[in-house]
Amino acid sequence: MPKEQDLANRPDNTAFTQQRLPAWQPILSAGIVIPGFVLIGLAFIGIGVALFLTSRSIQVQEFDYTGVDTTSSCYMCSSTNVPNCVCYVNFTLTTKFQGMVYFYYALSNYFQSHRKFGASRDYYQLSGDTTYFTAPLDVCIPFQYANTTPIVPCGLSANSLFNDTFKLYQIVNGTTKLVPFDGRGIAWWSDYNIKYQNPKVTPLKDAFKGTAKPVNWPKPAYELDTTDPSNNGFVNQDFLVWMRRAALPNFWKLYRRITDPDYVGGLPAGNYSIEITYNYPVISFNGKKRVVLSNVSWMGGRNPFLGIAYLVVGSLCIVMSIVMLIVYAKFKFPDDV
Amino acid sequence: MLRECQWRKEMAEKWSWMLAPWTRCWSWRGNGVGQEDDRHVRANDREYNDKFSYADNHIKTSKYNVITFLPMNLFEQFQRVANAYFLVLVILQVIPEISSLPWVTTTVPLVLVLVITAVKDATDDYFRYKSDQQVNNRQSLVLRGSLQNEKWMHVRVGDIIKLENNQFVAADILLLSSSEPHGLCYIETAELDGETNLKVRQALTVTSDLDADIAKLADFNGEVICEPPNNKLDKFKGTLYWRGNKYPLDNEKMLLRGCVLRNTDWCFGMVIFAGLQTKLMQNCGRTTLKRTSIDKLMNTLVLWIFGFLVCMGVILAIGNTIWEQKVGRSFRDYLPWDSTISNNNAVFSGFLTFWSYIIILNTVVPISLYVSVEVIRLGHSYFINWDRKMYYGPKDTPAEARTTTLNEELGQVEFIFSDKTGTLTQNIMVFNKCSINGKTYGDVYDEFGHKVEITEKTTCVDFSFNHLSDGKFRFHDSSLVEAIKMEEPSVQEFFRLLALCHTVMSEEKNEGDLVYQAQSPDEGALVSAARNFGFVFRSRTPETITLYEMGAAVTYQLLVILDFSNVRKRMSVIVRNPAGQIKLYCKGADTIIFDRLDPSNEDLMDTTSEHLNEFAGEGLRTLALAYKVLDRGLFEEWMRRLLLASTVMENREEGLAALYEEIETGLMLLGATAVEDKLQEGVPETIACLSLANIKIWVLTGDKLETAMNIGYSCNMLRDDMDEVFIISGHTAGEVQEQLRSAREHILGLSRVGSDVGLEKTEMLSDDSVFEETIIAEYALIINGHSLAHALEPELEQMLLETACLCKTVICCRVTPMQKAQVVQLVKTNKMAVTLAIGDGANDVSMIKTAHIGVGISGQEGMQAVLASDYSFAQFRFLQRLLLVHGRWSYFRMCNFLFYFFYKNFAFTLVHFWFGFFCAFSAQTVYDQWFITLFNIVYTSLPVLAMGLFDQDVNEANSHRYPSLYRSGQLHLLFNKRQFFLCTFQGIMTSFLLFFIPYGASSLGVRDDGLDISDYQSFAITIATSLVIVVSVQIGLDTYYWTAVNHLFVWGSLATYFAILLALQSDGLYLIFPSQFRFIGSARSCLAQWSVWLVTLLTTVMCVMPGIAVRFLKSELRPTVTDKVRSLQKAISKQSPRELNLRRVRRTSSRRSAYAFSHQQGYGELITSGKNMKVSTAAPSPSIHSPGWVQNGTGLLENGMKRKDACFVPSEHSGTWEGMERTEQVPETICSGSKGTQQTLIDSRGNSNGDI
Repeated sequence: MPKEQDLANRPDNTAFTQQRLPAWQPILSAGIVIPGFVLIGLAFIGIGVALFLTSRSIQVQEFDYTGVDTTSSCYMCSSTNVPNCVCYVNFTLTTKFQGMVYFYYALSNYFQSHRKFGASRDYYQLSGDTTYFTAPLDVCIPFQYANTTPIVPCGLSANSLFNDTFKLYQIVNGTTKLVPFDGRGIAWWSDYNIKYQNPKVTPLKDAFKGTAKPVNWPKPAYELDTTDPSNNGFVNQDFLVWMRRAALPNFWKLYRRITDPDYVGGLPAGNYSIEITYNYPVISFNGKKRVVLSNVSWMGGRNPFLGIAYLVVGSLCIVMSIVMLIVYAKFKFPDDV
Repeated sequence: MLRECQWRKEMAEKWSWMLAPWTRCWSWRGNGVGQEDDRHVRANDREYNDKFSYADNHIKTSKYNVITFLPMNLFEQFQRVANAYFLVLVILQVIPEISSLPWVTTTVPLVLVLVITAVKDATDDYFRYKSDQQVNNRQSLVLRGSLQNEKWMHVRVGDIIKLENNQFVAADILLLSSSEPHGLCYIETAELDGETNLKVRQALTVTSDLDADIAKLADFNGEVICEPPNNKLDKFKGTLYWRGNKYPLDNEKMLLRGCVLRNTDWCFGMVIFAGLQTKLMQNCGRTTLKRTSIDKLMNTLVLWIFGFLVCMGVILAIGNTIWEQKVGRSFRDYLPWDSTISNNNAVFSGFLTFWSYIIILNTVVPISLYVSVEVIRLGHSYFINWDRKMYYGPKDTPAEARTTTLNEELGQVEFIFSDKTGTLTQNIMVFNKCSINGKTYGDVYDEFGHKVEITEKTTCVDFSFNHLSDGKFRFHDSSLVEAIKMEEPSVQEFFRLLALCHTVMSEEKNEGDLVYQAQSPDEGALVSAARNFGFVFRSRTPETITLYEMGAAVTYQLLVILDFSNVRKRMSVIVRNPAGQIKLYCKGADTIIFDRLDPSNEDLMDTTSEHLNEFAGEGLRTLALAYKVLDRGLFEEWMRRLLLASTVMENREEGLAALYEEIETGLMLLGATAVEDKLQEGVPETIACLSLANIKIWVLTGDKLETAMNIGYSCNMLRDDMDEVFIISGHTAGEVQEQLRSAREHILGLSRVGSDVGLEKTEMLSDDSVFEETIIAEYALIINGHSLAHALEPELEQMLLETACLCKTVICCRVTPMQKAQVVQLVKTNKMAVTLAIGDGANDVSMIKTAHIGVGISGQEGMQAVLASDYSFAQFRFLQRLLLVHGRWSYFRMCNFLFYFFYKNFAFTLVHFWFGFFCAFSAQTVYDQWFITLFNIVYTSLPVLAMGLFDQDVNEANSHRYPSLYRSGQLHLLFNKRQFFLCTFQGIMTSFLLFFIPYGASSLGVRDDGLDISDYQSFAITIATSLVIVVSVQIGLDTYYWTAVNHLFVWGSLATYFAILLALQSDGLYLIFPSQFRFIGSARSCLAQWSVWLVTLLTTVMCVMPGIAVRFLKSELRPTVTDKVRSLQKAISKQSPRELNLRRVRRTSSRRSAYAFSHQQGYGELITSGKNMKVSTAAPSPSIHSPGWVQNGTGLLENGMKRKDACFVPSEHSGTWEGMERTEQVPETICSGSKGTQQTLIDSRGNSNGDI
């Protein structure tokens, strides 16, 4: 045997250098794959049934009020250009609307997902940094300056703020009873508390000195909700809901919750009327406007897709496992002998 | 200084597959300044020499300095297509109109890649700089009026420098004078060509007279006019003009930079070439860049991806145009057109959108791909370097991956071209058996008279009776020693012959410590054998040989050496023993000797012939020995005629040959020797295993046909049960063509008959080269050098190739280095197959460089093959491990890596495409910009790297046991265009599901507290999370071998994803950079929702399940070899692996083996002239024994040289003398020696006649 120093170049004998690291070497064998598919299939069918039933149990009432149809009460509002035009949607609940009821407005064919809606806003402004009040970011173009006055809040997103308003009335024995809406808690906690902030200036109005309101807005940001300072300016919840941009061209946005003690168990069966202040034009681009009443479950709102998808995938897994079993039996066993 | 070269090679290969015009600049620089026609150098005349602005002796192989590093390195890096592409993207991203992604998303990965590369380049360069510094600062004695110490870098062309013993030569210098007589000096050229034997250089007589006289040297004003700098190490042409005379200069007078002065106290030389213009540096020229087929495929695919990217961009741009026309036009109340668009039209918007999409879809061309590939290859190279099973203990030589770019190609080799000597064989000859006077010796029998297999443990014969014996000599048959001790005359004569008839030189440093310097290993073995059996060759002078015969010194007068030649196939010596008897001893090929025997020998001849057959059957190399007692008168008469014949200018050789022929008749047969040409360990097994892996092995050797065939048999490449062994040995193109054609027809004709049997096989392997596969019969083709020269002509080469590929075994013998390269090139260009060349010597360099992969056998004397190679290790048998284990794994890993990498990037990127239809084709990204930035470099890089580094489909034992696993690499099965389409398809499908499942689920999504989560940010997080999980699960499925590292990386990456996700969307970061971290709070809000997790689960299962099902069904319905072996491996993992029985079966062949002469002609003269006897050289008066010398000092040797130069075919040799460089160096040594003593020779001519 050569001496130790003669082996100066001998590589180290470690599991790593010799590629002998202990390892788990799984194989997709029939014993794992087929039962695996069956298990996953069964689990998915289970989840699918649960989801499907849950989704079915969620009540949704949806009413189009775009006013394209001449019979619609909103036809007048949509065809003329009267500001604050009021129209009504009447409906009847045959059964009680269970649980807390959420009131949404929905837009379709509305491309809030367009890149510019996302880009065209100034986060510094919206987080209350007044230096950007006088000089909004360039991304806000073409709503950066109104002539030479800086726009606050600037940009496309803010400018296109949805400005229809709704009121819900219950018609009890021919008399209309306002169902009170709760406008709080409709925006994300993080948006309301962190992301959007008013400038630390009181009164708020002073911070907006020397700025212009967005072109489409009837009133400036500091007058969005004059009744409640905590819902005014950039932390106005309707504004926050709008600014959280929809991913797809058809979307719902939460308008109000019904938390009134009278309706805490839900909306009783009966006749209802929604009073709509119609401001937001959508007909020009074939958009649709709807109002939606819905309750929710542990899995959120009504969504038949997920349940069905789970059922389908689960069944496919079962079918596949059967196919694989047949193949395995047919081709594998003769080989093994 | 080798390092200097190596650096440049490495540099060149690094990133070589990307465009690197920079390297062109480099080689231009290396080539020196401008076009130099002739070089004029005047000694000691700086002003004159400075006119030409020759390169000084400062060497700079480093590329950068501190200031230039950044700009130069960046410039260099941006010349790579990929980097340039990403730079363009960054520029695009800065343009606000089309910037769909903030510039950071591309910049961060790009900077990362640039930094990693730059750090690597910088370290490399620093080490280069250090070694440059070290070399430049070496001290040298320069004559500037007086001798002064100067740093090497200050040495200039035209300077006279003094070198001392064991110093490196600082530049290419012309030797002027030296301490040794005749201006001789000795150098070692290990750094140049790797050879450690000393070479002789000799100064011109006129300059050697300058001696060490400083004043004379300082006055020396000779002017050298010579060739411009070039890289030919063995050629130099120039003329010295001095004192009105012209003296021709050649390579014999040059000391090249990199050599070391040995055995010479001092010498003076004049610098001719300095620095980068020295031959050494000129030789560091870049080797041709080797790229693997995967590399080429990868580049094609990247181009296709570019095309695909553009298509996507165009589709989406058209979509955008249409959308702007149909919808956007009326949506302008809320989304007014940019001023740029509104003035023009929607088409312009589409145009901008195109660029925007190019930006966001750029991730299909993965920036980290190239870096990852490099890292993986580097890792694989380290695994090769670290492999203990490729480490050779006796020589302390580990395997070395000298390039890091070719690893996966090792898994695709189809042709191996192997050198024979030193590669397949050890080039060690062992005296194994002999037949003396009709009795064989060498076999060992047990008490029952059965032959015993000789192993390491068999007891050796005790040679202690002989104090001059060589301890390393092993012989097992004691009966021979007994015979010697019995003083049997024939046995004594047998060994006396072996001790006398040879050209070995002896060296005795201490009493009894004899070292033989044999120029062929066969002879060394025979003389050593004689030494151990008591006939010790102790020393020789030009005219005597001193033996110690059984302890007593006997001096023989050496009268003539009848030298060996290819034609004669024998050599003889004529000696006069102390008793005054003149004897001729002859050894040579049996057929030749038998023809010249005295008729009385017939019986003995028959027995000996039988013994020879027996020896040959065992693969031994044989020689027959004979002697003859000469009559004094006849001999003197003959001698006189010999002298006369050697003075004749015309047909001298023929005349001499005839005279030799005349005296070598009527010989008395003594017996025969059998020498074993030892194969390297495990060669037959390795060859058998490799051919089971469907690798075709061609042996290209400079050896003789017989020797080559012999080795072919002993390493199982040729077998007696082969259907036919074709030997092509035509002398004209026509003959060769005819022979090739008939061989081909023979094979094809037979195969047609047998095609029914082959049918099944054909169907099974219905891929490429079906026809070749159908040939079941085994053929071998052996072709010699002459025929090969014809066969390699353009009109015949196709036929050669076809015929050769039909044969199982191909052996080319008597091949020149150039032909080796040509054969490799032929296969390389025509067969579309990966070729590997393996060799150990300088003669293999050309083929090593030509083949896709070059492997050098290291740990031996020569270094040239290793330096030119891509991989090196000490033993041929390691090739099996290199290919079947490392190569296969590398290929497997690389393919899996690429498959997964492309899949991952397509799945990741194409989600944007689907989203395009729902975001008005506005180039809105699906993901957060940070996710895009980090996905490839953080979230998914490490698991795939771990897979690329550690994965093993089948363990190493099974890789060896089932060589057919190797097939998939040769057929490019694991990654090819089809696989690429599959992985892109899988990627596209995954992206489709990744987009549309969340789309279906969350289009009107509402949280469990009624808040809507159909917003963009929730959508993005849902998809991103699903994506990360899907690709992680997929890598889990693709990983066969889960080491702890894999676990760490996979789980770690997932954890990192969530950690970073929450961190980037935390309140703190937003408050600092509101517009960079807009996703604040989204993850918290989303990931708390059941529905999001349900969507993720559904997406994951839907993306992954089909893949599993397909893979399972595939492995059940059409299992690949890998599948089978893997399940087998799983099943029998507890059982111990069974031995693979590939042991060589000893063949029982009747074939006559090669005779053991691997000699080079011309050595006889050298000995009798005494030129190569160092100390005693000058003094003793040369005698008449060398007929050629007396009248014409260099005549015979020059002829010898001319022969070598003219045909360049390495002539009779097998051992150390094989090959171009070496072949040439032999005569060099001889000549310089001879000229050195020429004067002495002529002076003493008169005396010499009186000797006889």
